[in-house]
Amino acid sequence: MGALLDVSGLNKVYEGSGRRVEAVRDLTFTVESGELVCLVGPSGCGKTTLLKCVGGLLAPTAGQVTLSGRPVSGPPPGMAFVFQEYGRSLFPWMRVGDNVELPLKQKGLSKSRRGELVDDALRSVGLADAAGAYPWQLSGGMQQRVAIARALAYEPEILLMDEPFAAVDAQTRADLEDLVRGLWRERGITILFVTHDIDEAVYLGERVLVLSGSPTVVRERLRIDLPAERDQLHTRVAPRFAELRTHVYEQIQAAKRGTPAPEPSDRIVDVEDRPVDKS
Amino acid sequence: MRGTNAVLGATGLAVFLALGEAVPRLGLVKEAYFPPVARIAGALGDELSDDTFWTALGDTLTGWALGLAVAVSAGIVIGVLVSVVPYLREATASTIEFLRPIPSVALIPLAVLLYGSELRSVLLLVVYASFWQVLVQVLYGIQDLDPVADETARSYGLGGWARVRYVLWPTALPYVMTGVRLAAAVALILTVTAELVIGAPGLGARIAIAQNSQAVPEMYALIVVTGLLGLVINVGARTVERRALAWHQSVRGEVTV
Amino acid sequence: MTRFLLRLAFVVALPLFLLGLWWLASDDSTNPFWPPLRTILTTFPDVWTSERLRADVLPSVLRLSAGYAVAAVAGVAVGTVIGSYRRVRALCEPVLEFLRAIPAPVLIPVIMLFAGIGDTMKITVIASGCVWPILLNTVEGVRAVDPVMAETARSYGITGAARLRNVVLRSASPQIFAGLRQALSIAIILMVISEMFAASNGLGFTIVQFQRGFAVPDMWTGILVLGLLGFALSVVFQLVERRVLGWYHGLRASARRSP
Repeated sequence: MGALLDVSGLNKVYEGSGRRVEAVRDLTFTVESGELVCLVGPSGCGKTTLLKCVGGLLAPTAGQVTLSGRPVSGPPPGMAFVFQEYGRSLFPWMRVGDNVELPLKQKGLSKSRRGELVDDALRSVGLADAAGAYPWQLSGGMQQRVAIARALAYEPEILLMDEPFAAVDAQTRADLEDLVRGLWRERGITILFVTHDIDEAVYLGERVLVLSGSPTVVRERLRIDLPAERDQLHTRVAPRFAELRTHVYEQIQAAKRGTPAPEPSDRIVDVEDRPVDKS
Repeated sequence: MRGTNAVLGATGLAVFLALGEAVPRLGLVKEAYFPPVARIAGALGDELSDDTFWTALGDTLTGWALGLAVAVSAGIVIGVLVSVVPYLREATASTIEFLRPIPSVALIPLAVLLYGSELRSVLLLVVYASFWQVLVQVLYGIQDLDPVADETARSYGLGGWARVRYVLWPTALPYVMTGVRLAAAVALILTVTAELVIGAPGLGARIAIAQNSQAVPEMYALIVVTGLLGLVINVGARTVERRALAWHQSVRGEVTV
Repeated sequence: MTRFLLRLAFVVALPLFLLGLWWLASDDSTNPFWPPLRTILTTFPDVWTSERLRADVLPSVLRLSAGYAVAAVAGVAVGTVIGSYRRVRALCEPVLEFLRAIPAPVLIPVIMLFAGIGDTMKITVIASGCVWPILLNTVEGVRAVDPVMAETARSYGITGAARLRNVVLRSASPQIFAGLRQALSIAIILMVISEMFAASNGLGFTIVQFQRGFAVPDMWTGILVLGLLGFALSVVFQLVERRVLGWYHGLRASARRSP
């Protein structure tokens, strides 16, 4: 059976005023239904470009993205995007509830159904009381919760998150990571999560794809064999967590230096000869 | 990219001029009301070779420049004074809010009675209209003063005058420049209006004469001149503003007042 | 309570002082052009009877509203189209910059050629003068829609009319209102001037009649009425703006608190 999201041979070249920049070279990976996959790579490695191509916001130069077997040519209705710039992604002229509701109106859902979805989504991010507030009246972390609620209410097949917590403080960030992890476990949604933070990728993901520096290819695919039950206090001090993060860290440092991956990038690599899950 | 835009802009202008030529020629509007571009250009050429035209242009520019200078100086001085003296801002707020929206053209009859069609009539209208533009921007600019910057200056022992010079003025400058740019445009409108309605010498009066003597192409030519004058003033003011604020432009948007 | 009284004092103190000053300074004035304020105020109710309000003020206000409304609708509509397409913008920009720079009152003689001296002329004059600040500000506002917001809208399938209504126009509304505000003062100027040029009623016409007949106190009351009208329109505008742009002022205030 096909994967939910299938990215094959993705290539993106920016051309303009005589310059030609290859942002993404050749990217192939899949995301199964119900998975939480993290993409991690050095800063400036074209992660955002890649995610925008996946989300249909940018047209790839070559290669193809399919969602549930249908090729993506524009933003598909089955995807919801959470941007890093929460402050600019929520509409400041609408109250929180209206921000969450607007995409649903566009979907043509009935008023009562919209109300249910909005209430449910806001409750699940812990903002049941904030529907009447304006986004700019909330803190940064709360605004990003609203953006997540908007994505949840949209009932997407897959949730794309582009460095969503890069602009919030460390404590808020930990809370939001646990929120995403919790929502994923409760609701069984599929998440593709892009980050430059190695700890975050290892803490959140079931699988981590390590990207090379620009132009981007997948350098390594890593299965995170940490227990499903994770928490900030214990998981982050577990020896296995340290091993995994050290491994990813080394890979990223190597990617920054431009050293080629030790093995062909499309094979599944494991750390210290642990059993390998071929997916 | 810039090249394409320039070509497109030139194309737009050419289309505009071609329409101006074709519409009256094809009889879509009466030629007597809207002469073709070529005839307007001809009339413009006649104007340019006429000494009285240049005198009129000079009169208009004099009225504009004097009025603007008085309005800008008064606006800055009063604006700083009102902001710096304690409680003055609060005490004057209601008066400013009441006087500002009074249309300066309401003063036309008074100006006519007091000064007839002299330059002073023009100045009265121009100064009244432009003054508020500057004053309000100065007030906003000084209000925008970053308290952290002010406290930093204080903590390093800068005195009153030094704080005005090094903290207050640079903060307010972008707003002052915006005010001057808006005032320059308003001043031109009021200069020409005063000449047109009161008959003070200048381009506006020349337009009125052309209208009364049914010299339609000349009238259009003079209107084009006022438009070009406005264009030069707008572009010039914007260039000065950008030059002066190269360090600051990205930090703020224009105040919507 | 004391704070309220203090604020009230700040609001009324200076106006009362200035009025008092005017009253005292002009009280024994014999200068025919500066009649005593007492005379102006006693003349006021005799001049501005309800009859006159209906015959002169109402037509003026109606012309102003009609011209302003036409300019607002046309300016926002055309500005949205031009602002949405980069190439259209580049094509139109020089022409628009020129048309905007023409001082609006000089259009009166031109429009009189086409539209005579009736209400159509006055409404056309007001509309053709007001439309430029609205149009150009709309172009700027529409052009400056935040790219992240635009992408958010696109990724959630908000397109077409819904995008225009919920995203583009809302995001451009602070700029549009800046244009509307500039246009309002131009509208009043053009209303008065066009009535001074050629009219048989209206505020501008009446005031000029008083001036030509050397009815100086009456003329002064006319200036006061124009001032009051300008003030009233600006208050109405502010009320509307505060309602529509409440979010914007809140956003700015919160950005100021936490930079």
